[in-house]
Amino acid sequence: MPTSNPKEHVCWGAGCRHDHQHQLEVKQLSVSYREVLALDGISFHASCGRSIALIGPNGAGKSTLLKALAGLLPLKSGSLRWRGSALSKSSHEIAYLPQRGEVDWQFPITVRGLVEMGRYPNLGWWRSYSRHDAEIVERALAAMELTDLQDRQISALSGGQQQRAFIARALAQEAHVLLLDEPFTGLDKPAQENLSRLFKELTAEGRLLIASHHDLQTVKGFYDDVLLIRKNQVAFGPVEQAFTPAMIELAYGGTDHAKPLTP
Amino acid sequence: MSVFMITNDLPSLSDFLAEPIARRALLACLMIGFANGFVSAFVVLRKSALKIGTLSHALLPGIALAVLLVGLTQWSALAGAVFAALLVGLGSIFLSRTSRLDQDTSMGILYTTAFAGGYLILTQLNVRQKLDEWLFGSIVGMADSDLWIAFAISAVAVLGLTALQRPLLIYLFEPNIAASLGVPVRFLNYATFAITILVLISSLQAVGCILSVGLMVAPAATVYLLTNNARALFWGGGIIGGLGSVAAFFLSYPLGWSVSSTIILVLGGLFLLAYIFSPRYGLVSRLF
Repeated sequence: MPTSNPKEHVCWGAGCRHDHQHQLEVKQLSVSYREVLALDGISFHASCGRSIALIGPNGAGKSTLLKALAGLLPLKSGSLRWRGSALSKSSHEIAYLPQRGEVDWQFPITVRGLVEMGRYPNLGWWRSYSRHDAEIVERALAAMELTDLQDRQISALSGGQQQRAFIARALAQEAHVLLLDEPFTGLDKPAQENLSRLFKELTAEGRLLIASHHDLQTVKGFYDDVLLIRKNQVAFGPVEQAFTPAMIELAYGGTDHAKPLTP
Repeated sequence: MSVFMITNDLPSLSDFLAEPIARRALLACLMIGFANGFVSAFVVLRKSALKIGTLSHALLPGIALAVLLVGLTQWSALAGAVFAALLVGLGSIFLSRTSRLDQDTSMGILYTTAFAGGYLILTQLNVRQKLDEWLFGSIVGMADSDLWIAFAISAVAVLGLTALQRPLLIYLFEPNIAASLGVPVRFLNYATFAITILVLISSLQAVGCILSVGLMVAPAATVYLLTNNARALFWGGGIIGGLGSVAAFFLSYPLGWSVSSTIILVLGGLFLLAYIFSPRYGLVSRLF
């Protein structure tokens, strides 16, 4: 079981120090849409300070798993616990970042407005923004190098900046677990490198990142652990151990990616 | 209300405004225009303009049925409208879940069938004039009680949407993010549906079911072309809807035009101006 080094464990803003308690436990999770089983038998343990690549062919249930982890889908069976208690009690610690293609980029909102949405769990319907909230929003903008762009409408950003704006929203939420759907998709090489560097900073500060990913070539450089799924769980573990050609073949064999690119 | 039928020998505007019926109409234009403009922000951000068109047509048979059963009063019309909206709204969800059709298709069938049935009921009843009012609006013929209902509806809509604004904007932006942040998505759905139906009824009274979509879309669509601030859509939409309707009232009188059509024309004209001249998103600034 991978554990993070306690010295590196900052847990920025979440107000907790003990990394051994910061565990996401997924046990025998299955999800179905109406009658169709979309995911079955997913079980893994993850502690904060790690980044996990969620890998599998199209239709393997990557987005479904992320949504289930975010509490957006009802579980058919199995359990999800974060820090020892049911997920529903700590929803503000879990941030969900949708695929860029699912977002309405023309929505009349600025980068800052988007990041401020992250304060909702603390503010509720009516409480007004305090200086404390503004500071957290500004820190999140600065961490994602968006301070100069904060007044831009969100469609006036590059792909990498858009992804960072969504991460900044998660930071403003003081989220501990970030669930990202295809964060690298559509980014050019430099933007990917930059995002990968930010991922490493986020995990070094004690966050848990779980991201679906489809470029098998970059898994090794970008993530610590890998979770291979194809409706069922194929493999889970550190990239060097779990992301082997045999496992990849198991996940992708017989699909459109008949000959997947091995890392 | 027969003032508008007379085309020659029109009393002067100030004489006309001395009449209670004209002052009521003016007040109704301001209130209903503002409330509809305010709610149009929600309609535009939700991208549900076509659904509003569907709903507005679906209300007619409900009203017809209520008239048939208990006679025409404000409350029977209101109850009938709510009933019809629920029936078509929920019915389309039920149809799409229990068949292979999607919800838009189901709604398309349900509301046209309901509208046709409602129209036939109304033509069979001896309420020819009332029928025209529900089809094309009757803002000039409003009684005091109509005005009070319009006021109550406007107040509920503006206060309700203002209270819900923060979670609502997150939900409208991205429902999944909203749900993951703990926004009560289902409650918002019901609450905004109720507000939409209420406001639709007031807009039905003002401009009728055929033109009501214009009143519930155009104001915020105009502001949408001017700002990047979603909150401004609500108040800006309200102001454009209210002032546009009042301007249309004054414009329609000397021209002898129908008020409801003039309201929609004025709002359409304002939208066109924003489309062409908006400093940020207008045609002119994008081309030159």
